[in-house]
Amino acid sequence: MRFSRFLCCGIVLMAASAALAQAPSYSNVGKTPTKEEIAAWDISVGPDGKGLPVGQGTAKEGGAIFAEKCAVCHGPEGMGAKIGPRIIGGIADTETLTTLKPVRSVGGYWPYATSVWDYIRRAMPRNQSGTLTPNEVYSLTAFILSKSKIIPEDQVLNEKTLPKVQMPNRNGFVPARYEDIPDEHKRGCKQGICP
Amino acid sequence: MNPKKTDRRRFLKNGAALAGLAVGASASALPAAAAAEPAMEKVDELHLYGERSHFVTTVRNGSINNPERRVKDEQVAFGLRTPIQDLEGMITPASLHFTISHGFEPRDIDPQEHRLLIHGMVDRPLIFSVDELKRLPFVTRFHFVECHGNSSPRGPGGDARVSVNATPQETHGFTACSQWTGVPLSLLLKEAGVQKSATWIIAEGADEPKHSKSIPVGKAWDDALVAYGQNGEPVRPEQGFPLRLIVPGWQGINNVKWLRRIALVDEPYMAMMETSRYPSMRLDGKSRWFEFELGPKSVITRPAGGYHMPGPGFHEITGLAWSGAGTVKRVEVSTDGGRTWKDAQLHDPIARKAHTRFSIPWTWDGNEATLQSRCTDDTGTVQPTIVEVAKLWNADVDFFKKTEQVVGDFNAIQPWKINKDGSVQNALF
Repeated sequence: MRFSRFLCCGIVLMAASAALAQAPSYSNVGKTPTKEEIAAWDISVGPDGKGLPVGQGTAKEGGAIFAEKCAVCHGPEGMGAKIGPRIIGGIADTETLTTLKPVRSVGGYWPYATSVWDYIRRAMPRNQSGTLTPNEVYSLTAFILSKSKIIPEDQVLNEKTLPKVQMPNRNGFVPARYEDIPDEHKRGCKQGICP
Repeated sequence: MNPKKTDRRRFLKNGAALAGLAVGASASALPAAAAAEPAMEKVDELHLYGERSHFVTTVRNGSINNPERRVKDEQVAFGLRTPIQDLEGMITPASLHFTISHGFEPRDIDPQEHRLLIHGMVDRPLIFSVDELKRLPFVTRFHFVECHGNSSPRGPGGDARVSVNATPQETHGFTACSQWTGVPLSLLLKEAGVQKSATWIIAEGADEPKHSKSIPVGKAWDDALVAYGQNGEPVRPEQGFPLRLIVPGWQGINNVKWLRRIALVDEPYMAMMETSRYPSMRLDGKSRWFEFELGPKSVITRPAGGYHMPGPGFHEITGLAWSGAGTVKRVEVSTDGGRTWKDAQLHDPIARKAHTRFSIPWTWDGNEATLQSRCTDDTGTVQPTIVEVAKLWNADVDFFKKTEQVVGDFNAIQPWKINKDGSVQNALF
């Protein structure tokens, strides 16, 4: 990393705080969305559960939905098929991460259970995304995590319990601290390559 | 792919578009003239939207990688690669811009229906139509977009990349450079009044899986833009029509296509791509996540893999160089396997976070030679050799041959070996 860029970021930050006080400059360009409009589009779910809607589901309920809507692409056991990749897999996959053929399954690699929920809701089922109800998404997430031996089969997942699920590879990422992520200087990146 | 077939299909499609236009556009004199002169109509249609010469056949290669359309034995690839060996100057024609859409078909969205929502930690949430965005002050800038897996020795399509017969398209085809026109994201953020607690943005597309990417807000204030123009025309569908977020110099995955939403938030939201697909795996099993800036890189595009030297004599060497950190300051070329280096000429325009065209005169004596180029950017960072990359990875060079993983941000110097018979080979390993 480069000192000049570090300085440059400081200037940008100052410019940013100056901008904070500003009023809008361009009249009648853009509209104020209604709360409903925002709610309909705001589908982001954060790692701490921000944005998760109220709802719940279990692996048993998820299994039935999986068989009906997901197995056609991901295979009956979720081990992957022609269209969809493998999604079931737990700690055994995590142990492949130091080999030349690491397996990045949902259970073995993904650091957050909330990302599983978020991706199912935004992207699945293929070509019908956005059609699953929150309860169906909680159920499918429970099914995947239970099949991957991360949660017990009877655990109820809801907006409170889902963010508390500890994924096996949660600590497998660097830098570990969020606040170090944007700063390539702190990360020790050299010649375009981070350590 | 059969280029003739593509041309015919395009011609038919344009004909259909024209028919649609004729119905709606009463001010146009064309429908009346066309009705009177049916023979003329056909000729005019041919020239209303220009086609390249039928003698020019270069196309993207690879695959859009839609599993529903995957043919048996098709080699799995990230996407479609740009034939950089056939380009001149520093602009990539939009029709040849590499395309990656993560296994889904690119959408072609009606711009009248499309909206961009800015919300979250802002004082004034705003929603814009495309026409409204076009009423705002704009910037036009040259920027490359490069996949972090570009030039990776392994990963999907890795065999083609490391083959001795690889062309620059196969080794470095996941990069392209365009003149982008759009509204600076900082302008939109000011309009919305970003709150102090906002430290990240989430950018989201309107594609089928609604690709979502967390980006530090500092970059949004710095030089990101909401682009609607590409090389003088609307952004192409497979590049995100009608709106694409351009995040200059950063891994391609940040440049969200079909942009529909920007949320101001206070942490990365750990979306699927940024936590499960794009982190690059270290030897100790840990993954580097949220790598953003692409390092200095260059590649000789002629003579290069797949080219055949017509014989000893004069041959201008040319290629492309770029850096995610800023401007290309210097490109050096070696024709003796890295023993000696000479400065190449940099051709205008030389722009920040853009491809820069370089060239250097050379006379081939007919003997074996190894050509390579080395880029230095305006932060003084020099493109590494593969040995240096291995050192930074704490690995042996051999690791890059063996791993099944994409080696993200791999920017090693690319050597091409010229054999006595005039053939040119990939000499990465």
